[in-house]
Amino acid sequence: MRFALALASLIRHRARTALAVLGVAVAAAMLLDMVMLATGMRESFRELLLSRGFEIRLAPKGTLPFDTDATIPGVSAVIATLRMNPGILEISPVLGSSIHVLADGRDVSGSALGIDPKVQGDYELISGRDVTTPDAIVVNDYLLRQLGARIGDTLSVATGYDPQTRTYSGQRKLALTGLVKFIYGANDQSSSAMRRETLEGMRPEARDRASLFMIRVRNGGDAEQVRDWIDKQLPNVTAISIATAIAQVDERLSYFRQLALILGAVSLFVGFLLVTTLVTVSVNERAGEIAVMRAIGVSRVHVIEQIVLEGVAISLAGAVLGLGIGLITARYLNTILSAFPGLPMAIDFFLFQPRAAWSALGLLIASGIGAGVYPAWRAASLPIAESMRREAIA
Amino acid sequence: MSEDRVAESPIVALTDVRRDYALGAERVHALQGVTLDVQRGDYAAIVGPSGCGKSTLLNLIGVIDQPTSGTVAIAGNRVDAMSDREATQFRLRNIGFVFQRFYLLPILSALENVALPMAEAKVPKGVRTERAAELLKYVGLGNRERHRPSELSGGEQQRVAIARALANGPTLLLADEPTGELDARTGTEIIALFRRLNADGTTIIVVTHDEDLASAARRKVHMRDGKVVDA
Repeated sequence: MRFALALASLIRHRARTALAVLGVAVAAAMLLDMVMLATGMRESFRELLLSRGFEIRLAPKGTLPFDTDATIPGVSAVIATLRMNPGILEISPVLGSSIHVLADGRDVSGSALGIDPKVQGDYELISGRDVTTPDAIVVNDYLLRQLGARIGDTLSVATGYDPQTRTYSGQRKLALTGLVKFIYGANDQSSSAMRRETLEGMRPEARDRASLFMIRVRNGGDAEQVRDWIDKQLPNVTAISIATAIAQVDERLSYFRQLALILGAVSLFVGFLLVTTLVTVSVNERAGEIAVMRAIGVSRVHVIEQIVLEGVAISLAGAVLGLGIGLITARYLNTILSAFPGLPMAIDFFLFQPRAAWSALGLLIASGIGAGVYPAWRAASLPIAESMRREAIA
Repeated sequence: MSEDRVAESPIVALTDVRRDYALGAERVHALQGVTLDVQRGDYAAIVGPSGCGKSTLLNLIGVIDQPTSGTVAIAGNRVDAMSDREATQFRLRNIGFVFQRFYLLPILSALENVALPMAEAKVPKGVRTERAAELLKYVGLGNRERHRPSELSGGEQQRVAIARALANGPTLLLADEPTGELDARTGTEIIALFRRLNADGTTIIVVTHDEDLASAARRKVHMRDGKVVDA
């Protein structure tokens, strides 16, 4: 009966209720977006790092992967050392290099990764075949379009260019065998991959060197323990586990996250004030009606319940509507922000997480209850005789 | 207490009741030592000029206000010092209110308005719907169950309000200017309804300026300046 009364009371002022629901929906959408933004990049980054199952990365001491051109010497020795740890399942050394692809007299510059195709964790093959032979190269869609090439074409690739003598170094003909998508690559980045020995052959100074090692830990193994072990065994490298990487991302994004949380809190507060105002106005209008309900024997608790229910109903309807609005705006904003140059394609700024959405919904309902408490308390505390006398005079 | 004593005891007993209000810096003495008994089955009209304390007296009898001093007993229960929860329960089970402005809930149908006090008293839904329908028939609105207050005339709304007041079988029916907002013909219908209710055993106390309504009562209580001058 109380729920029906609360609902009927809201329906009685349809336009006002609809505006309030819309206002709460906007606040809810903002709150959801801010919650998604506060945790989205972190979770998205974590998912990205874990997407190929490599839990540890080794970079030259004091650097982050591909942060500088520095490389780790003695790939074979590093692999031999790593193999001593039974917790390590796979090791994928990666050598990075800038390249020049010469096509129709044009020089298209980009980057290349030298990998072992059996254990690589940098790209996914979209079409064609992987770099199964030493003269093969795979490229991403952006580079393919820049070159205007097709799978099966032969490309002239160089690893260096001297602008003074206008000569290329480390030049080699490679067969374009496949189109790939680089997991950590940006949309507007010309990227390619070939076998590591092929790239080493084109860059003799990088022989037996790697820019990065990606390490997969055995199922059930403790990545942190393995990372500690590597730190002790290989003092010339920085071992970065997912947890370490996330901690570094957290540190870099802390201001960003705080801003999102503050804006989210402001949205919640605005929603709270909106519901409080609406329910208070509604209660003031119905002071006589509420006094009569109390006079005919409706208990104070039931009056409070009914009015709190009104606040909750507005918040709930607004939250559900806001969820939809929030998801649409998050998708739109994500498209804009993801187009930032240099960002990995797979990074999402706004990541929908059911738990975060439930938390936002819970916060809104809690604020709806809170918003109804003050007007409900006012309504239930009205002196019956005095309220009716005022109503009669009015 | 013997059976005879119970039967003889007044349903309303006020002893030296005073009610003061603070009105800004002033203190208004709305009731100044009212002593009044009303017997079970009685039909009393409280009359007097505006501001003489009629409505204040009705509010005290109806347990929606408490006296500054003195005692108020309804059906043998001291109601002047009840807690809010006790007073609410007491009103729900023992008092039926009819107001000048009807005060029906506009969002509910006539039947739902009548059923509301029964829902509060936790009467099962089937029972309260049946009883609400019976009460609407009793007040002559058997064909208006599904109508909202806005779809009813003033007289019909007041009859729904009377049916609502009777919902939980109250010991006492209190009415504050029940014909005040009605035209003469409709007012006459309500007066007739009160007579019928009283004839069927309901104890009624009305506050009124309406001479016809006051004349229909078995007893007139005259008030002036916060005092009962003739009971």
